Amino acid sequence: MTSINLSDKPVGVIGAGNFGSAIANILARNRKVLLYARDEKVVKHILDKRENRGHKMHKQVMPTNDLRYLASQCDVIFPMVPSAHFRAMMRKLSPYLHPYHILIHGTKGFDITLPKGETIASVSTLNRSQVKTMSEVIREESVVVRVGCLAGPNLAKELAQRQPGATVVASPFNEVIQVGKRLLRNDRFQVYENHDLVGVEIAGVLKNIIAIASGALSGLGYGENAKGLLISRGAVEMVYLGKALGGNTSAFLGVAGIGDLVTTCNSPMSRNFTVGYRLAKGEKLKHILEDMHEVAEGVNTIQIVKKCADYYKVRALITGTLYKVLFEGMTVPEALQYLMRSPLNVDIDFL
Amino acid sequence: MDIVEKKNKNKEYKPILEGIPDWPVYQLSKNRKEFLEEVAQKSVERIRQLRPTRKQLIDELETTVYREQNRLKRNRWRADPKDESRFWSKIKNDLVELSSKKPEEAGKKEEEILLMIVQRYANEIAGKFNASSYRFAREAIKFWFSRLLNGARVKKFGAFFRKKYTLRDKIQIVGKVKMLRRLAKKGTVVMVPTHFSNLDSILIGWVIHSLGLPAFIYGAGLNLFNIKILAYFMNSLGAYKVDRRKKNLPYLEVLKMYSNIAIQKGAHSLFFPGGTRSRSGLIEKQLKLGLLSTALEAQRNLYLDNPGAEVRKIFVVPVTLNYHFVLEAPELIEDYLQVKGQDRYFPEEDTYGSFQLIRFLFKFFTKGSNISVSIGRGLDVLGNYVDDEGNSLDAQGRIIDTRDYFVSNNDVTKDKQREDEYTRMLSQKIVKEYHRINRVFASHLVAFIAFEIWQKKHPKLDLFSFLRLPEEELEIDYNEFKEVFKRVRKEIYRLKEEGKVYCASHLKGEADLVITHGLENVGIFHLKRPVVKNKKGNIITQDLNTLYYYHNRLVGYDLDKFI
Repeated sequence: MTSINLSDKPVGVIGAGNFGSAIANILARNRKVLLYARDEKVVKHILDKRENRGHKMHKQVMPTNDLRYLASQCDVIFPMVPSAHFRAMMRKLSPYLHPYHILIHGTKGFDITLPKGETIASVSTLNRSQVKTMSEVIREESVVVRVGCLAGPNLAKELAQRQPGATVVASPFNEVIQVGKRLLRNDRFQVYENHDLVGVEIAGVLKNIIAIASGALSGLGYGENAKGLLISRGAVEMVYLGKALGGNTSAFLGVAGIGDLVTTCNSPMSRNFTVGYRLAKGEKLKHILEDMHEVAEGVNTIQIVKKCADYYKVRALITGTLYKVLFEGMTVPEALQYLMRSPLNVDIDFL
Repeated sequence: MDIVEKKNKNKEYKPILEGIPDWPVYQLSKNRKEFLEEVAQKSVERIRQLRPTRKQLIDELETTVYREQNRLKRNRWRADPKDESRFWSKIKNDLVELSSKKPEEAGKKEEEILLMIVQRYANEIAGKFNASSYRFAREAIKFWFSRLLNGARVKKFGAFFRKKYTLRDKIQIVGKVKMLRRLAKKGTVVMVPTHFSNLDSILIGWVIHSLGLPAFIYGAGLNLFNIKILAYFMNSLGAYKVDRRKKNLPYLEVLKMYSNIAIQKGAHSLFFPGGTRSRSGLIEKQLKLGLLSTALEAQRNLYLDNPGAEVRKIFVVPVTLNYHFVLEAPELIEDYLQVKGQDRYFPEEDTYGSFQLIRFLFKFFTKGSNISVSIGRGLDVLGNYVDDEGNSLDAQGRIIDTRDYFVSNNDVTKDKQREDEYTRMLSQKIVKEYHRINRVFASHLVAFIAFEIWQKKHPKLDLFSFLRLPEEELEIDYNEFKEVFKRVRKEIYRLKEEGKVYCASHLKGEADLVITHGLENVGIFHLKRPVVKNKKGNIITQDLNTLYYYHNRLVGYDLDKFI
């Protein structure tokens, strides 16, 4: 009964960052792709050199600087921009969208709306009416209802090398999942289905916190025992936070939860991991962030999630401790000591 | 002492369609036979899709027969047709004989059996709208209502024949009336009111008429047809019957198909999406999705059957009915508490006959209580607001083509799962609108405040232990009550500014007067009153459960923070 979009229309990708370029190349194996870049120079660069951010761009990828054109040509669009710019991008795109559009985003971060005059640092708590997932931003800012997300262990560099990998396409709509599958799947890229859109989104966001912690452990020179401890306790913390924020436990046990968590925690390539690693080496946060080309979503996420945890009264030990490290001057060794002394030692109590 | 209600403009609305023969509901009843045949045929198709194999179909038929025969044994109603036992025994025999038949013969026979059942259900459900009895019912209701009213208000015999007060003085209709009338001309309206009282069906029928709209078809619980007076009026006002005892698949599919095709044919419809009356007194939060989904399906079918052409749009209009009292409140809340508290099954029974109804109506007019009906803004089937022309609007006020929601790959398609999800979205929007257009009465407010104050004084008790407290122990100092009242009222004004709720005009003015108005009116017809003043002038209750019920009306606005 579910119809699958098989027309020759191109597929849109918004955001020519690392992940956006990698996804555009994967999509290009099945379909023509229009890739939107904000910066005209990037468009020109891709046209001239067929290259972007170290990705050799597939010949079926056409860069563009025109959102209106992209929306008029594509029924299916993959927005891949950082969470901090996501709402602004949606506002620009929204006038050209119709209810027949399908949007599948790949952004792992939260959007926050603060009262006038407040900053993320100045508010004491945050609740779900202020913190939104990207699919909720899409719903708020446009008429598009058929929304989905991509999540899972998708390191852009490995994807680009055509190493085996997998993703989850989550959406309440079967139609969206099927379209996503059809477009993304190839012999090296497996696609799983999930109906808990918000749960999967939240899992993808929360794992960034644990990734920073994992980087910090590595930076201190610790090995696999420590990492095993972190990942398992981190997963439990994600389940609790996720439930408070509106996801189901099951989303956290799948590819987008554990799968992504393990990958990110073991990957020195990931930005969040790098932040933790350098912190442990004694560098200052400000300094680290200045040096990075792209956003490490995890830093923002820790701030937001810590304040949500306070509002919903969820015990979030790892997040809370990292918050102290990032913003309250605790050192990484102190933090570790603090965590190791935590009296809480029930293994699993959410099943 | 009297708090003056803002006078209704008392406007007479002209009918939007001249004669009854133009009404879609009349057309339906005129072509009843063809219509029911279409319903039956399409229901059979649908059920065959849902139960594609022979075995599944036979299982379904056997379950249906089993349940129906069980119902006959256990739970028969006066409104049930006389030949029921015979019909179902025959079906049962037919089913038994199937096993001795050859496969191809049996396959045909199964379809026949299904068709028989479905046709029977379609006939049971179908309304018997009749123009002349509609006119009669309408006049009768108007006559007796306004006569009773005049007789009661002006205590002279002669007044009985004067037309001083009309029903419009007692029942205020506020909100988007003009828009509703326009939408009913432009397209097909599906009205979805809140459901608190058995009176709702008749009240809403009267409202529809007095707004000059053609009669709507609406599903009314078959239990109401047990009461003869109600049965007569409801039949003539365009009701079709919904039997909540029948939960078998064929019945539910026929019911949905009936609504679906009627809407497609342009019959304005009404259903109470909460399913039954709100037992708790809370505004409905969880809606029944079955009937709601028929509006979506009807709209999609219209697009599907008319590619490229302009089609009649379907508009969903939420409505809240606001009372100072609900006659059945004590029984309803008891049901609710029983289920909630002890996890026991509660049977559907109504201690509510013709006599009670008349007694109530009499009291209603003699004691003077107002009802207000808030008409919400029209929505399209996806829950987007529409403008006066019926165009769907997005949050920024841009026009949306509703057809696009059903489009995949340039064409309108049928996708059940997608529409289920849309139905859920629509239901969430309706619930939000209910809270927005809900009209706060002084009586709701005093009940809410009294209950919250008491509950706050017993923070350690859970709801059920709290409700077991002896009423004599509960008393609130009047001045304390008044302070809280002012505070909460201020918050309600703020919410009103934000467009999150409406309030009755009698809420304004001197706090003492408004409180008195509230106390006098809350649950006015109950033997034990939910809140009253005692001799010392303090606030007490005579029935905590009923108080809880009236209090619930204002739950969901976060007002408890201001107690």
